[in-house]
Amino acid sequence: MSDSCAAPDQDLALPASVDLEKETVLTGTVVNDEGELVQGAYVRLLDGTGEFTAEVVTGEGGQFRFFAAPGKWTLRALSRYGDATGEIEAARGVNETKLAVSR
Amino acid sequence: MAREDVLVTADWAEENLDTPGVVFVEVDEDTSAYDSGHIKGAVKIDWKDDLQDPVRRDFVNQEQFSQLLSERGIANDDTVVLYGGNNNWFAAYAYWYFKLYGHESVKLLDGGRKKWELDARDVTTEVVKREPTNYVAKPLNWDLRAKRDEVEAAIGVKNLIDVRSPDEYAGRLLAPAHLPQEQSQRAGHIPTALSVPWSKAANEDGTFKSEEELRELYVGEAGLDEGKATIAYCRIGERSSHTWFALRELLGYEDVKNYDGSWTEYGSLVGVPIALGDEPGTK
Repeated sequence: MSDSCAAPDQDLALPASVDLEKETVLTGTVVNDEGELVQGAYVRLLDGTGEFTAEVVTGEGGQFRFFAAPGKWTLRALSRYGDATGEIEAARGVNETKLAVSR
Repeated sequence: MAREDVLVTADWAEENLDTPGVVFVEVDEDTSAYDSGHIKGAVKIDWKDDLQDPVRRDFVNQEQFSQLLSERGIANDDTVVLYGGNNNWFAAYAYWYFKLYGHESVKLLDGGRKKWELDARDVTTEVVKREPTNYVAKPLNWDLRAKRDEVEAAIGVKNLIDVRSPDEYAGRLLAPAHLPQEQSQRAGHIPTALSVPWSKAANEDGTFKSEEELRELYVGEAGLDEGKATIAYCRIGERSSHTWFALRELLGYEDVKNYDGSWTEYGSLVGVPIALGDEPGTK
């Protein structure tokens, strides 16, 4: 259990303590027009009604990760290279997606 | 209180980086952000190591706060400009501390680290050295802090504002979605609490919405009773500092408290009422 609400380092491997039979993990990378990984992008998770749920900042690997629940989610990325929006239908376990930001 | 008394814009900050008597302070949970690049001249405060008591579950006391600010080279008459990551959650939490301990002039950088980065403004890794001061904090102002008994007594009496995400409020999630969900507390919310996620008070770039939009949000949409006192809470008290800031500092409601024990405390108490689902519930 985390004792704060801040987002952990997004480049770290999924902790071994995370039970993928119980958790629904939404993960992926943010890339720019050139296909390069974007560090420092702000990625938001919005629920089925478009409501903000969480936000993380991508690390060197351009990676983001959320722990959510099965269902429909929207991912929204803001970066100095532009923005991107992605829809995802998540199931239990690891759900991967790529967000390509552009102006 | 006017918006410019409590918030500064990124443009203002850039113009005042070298102004004597203005101290920039980055507040984060993860101080590696500061180390990888910070606003020129800014000192850092670590949300956990600097602001929490190392033993008891409580925050630093008057003496510890005085010592912290003295070490950071902050004087009682300095204007402190706070900023940080996570849409200024931790900066707002620190702002609340500065007010709890009676600092006169403290402001938030609107949009925090996020807007600064999205604007591609300059950051530096230069080590900042400020001469130590002899800071003297005032006694803790209990008008700004709610404790658990007061919160339970406020059910159906005062405005309670739950600022967590709708899924945490309803009991479908136990923590924000960037964190694993295993938790020891019960899920749900304090009965009669209105659900106004902190994020509704901010724009996508992390800046605060206008006072007009905020008033419509809390009073118009959520049904906050302007004639009653208000207590805001979240999971551990930092997201609710953000809302506390919006309600007290931007909208000017006088009796607004932050319940820093928040859901990690309330959801662990034996025998207190809890409401499940999307409705506030009754007393």
